Amino acid sequence: MAPASPVTPRRSQSGPSSNRFFRGLGALAVAGGVVLAYLVLNPKDVSIPANVTVLAADTAGFRGYLVGSPTAPVEVTEYADFQCPACGSFDVLQWDVVKRQLVDSGLVRWRYRDFPLDQVHRHARLAAHSAACASDQGKFWEYKALVYQRQADWSIKTSAAGMFRDMGREVGLDGAKFDACMNSKKYAGRIEASLKEGIKLGVPSTPTFLIAGRLYPGAFSSDSLASLVRHLAAKQAK
Amino acid sequence: MNRRQAIAVLALAGLFISLYLYLYKIGKIGTLACGTGACETVQLSPQSRFLGVEVALIGAVGYLVLLVLAALASAPGFAAVAWPVRWLAVLSGGAVAFTLYLKSLELFVIHAICWWCVASAVIIAIIFVLAVQEWRRERARG
Repeated sequence: MAPASPVTPRRSQSGPSSNRFFRGLGALAVAGGVVLAYLVLNPKDVSIPANVTVLAADTAGFRGYLVGSPTAPVEVTEYADFQCPACGSFDVLQWDVVKRQLVDSGLVRWRYRDFPLDQVHRHARLAAHSAACASDQGKFWEYKALVYQRQADWSIKTSAAGMFRDMGREVGLDGAKFDACMNSKKYAGRIEASLKEGIKLGVPSTPTFLIAGRLYPGAFSSDSLASLVRHLAAKQAK
Repeated sequence: MNRRQAIAVLALAGLFISLYLYLYKIGKIGTLACGTGACETVQLSPQSRFLGVEVALIGAVGYLVLLVLAALASAPGFAAVAWPVRWLAVLSGGAVAFTLYLKSLELFVIHAICWWCVASAVIIAIIFVLAVQEWRRERARG
């Protein structure tokens, strides 16, 4: 037979004190839930400032993301906004063909420039900055393709920073370096410089293509772009 | 407040910390409030996943289990029941071991400290001490 307990009698938690405890615990749970709900509904994204003073060091000779041969007869500068649906459809539907037929063949040197339309696209500048951070790790083109592919998903998010981070990881970016780059906001001036340059040139909307000194607003089909480029290349060869 | 109730309150605090970190990981809250620490570096490191599962999610589930056990142990009908206290001691012991492993990763692999993780480590250590004390008391009663 088990010996009788030598210690103090078992404390009972029944009655008002127990009820008070559970009420208090419930109140704490509700309060914590409210705080988390508030944080989810009002996420604090890293915001990339607009209208910053552009310093010479911000651009440091950078004039867009380049792909293609330096000796290509035609240069195309694309002014684009990551959140613009027309830019998205051009990138998703036309870019691969354009790259294969015109860039990889040595006919075109392609320059991608940011033209974030902040008034209508609240994540555009953050997306542009995230792409600059991807470029830091040599993955701009892969990252750009993925951001455009998922445009419909991140555009509707209250906070898109998490999706940009995930996409960065998907293309093989170092998450800590990417995050440090985003928090530094170091490319804010460069993005602003790109936007100002586009405004100065008269870019009316996105995407707009600057080809041989002329602006072509609206998304090209790969066929019409190819025929224009071939025409310009032939003219230049004469 | 007795030990069982204190464990329940601490487990609730740990649950909210874990949920906060998990919500950050899945991109639901933009940035982490971290002060001078390097919470984001830790949370974005490859070590923030364990066997493919987010460590913050493992923490949230663990704290939820501890909370349920501690609430049960604190309920009037369970004052004389030993198993919730026994499980609290066993599970929080495992959690302390896991926390030590995570802390070593922070110090020696990631080289960054996340203050939220430190807070969680302190909470789980206190829960473990309280649970062991309570378990001993139960065993002494026989």
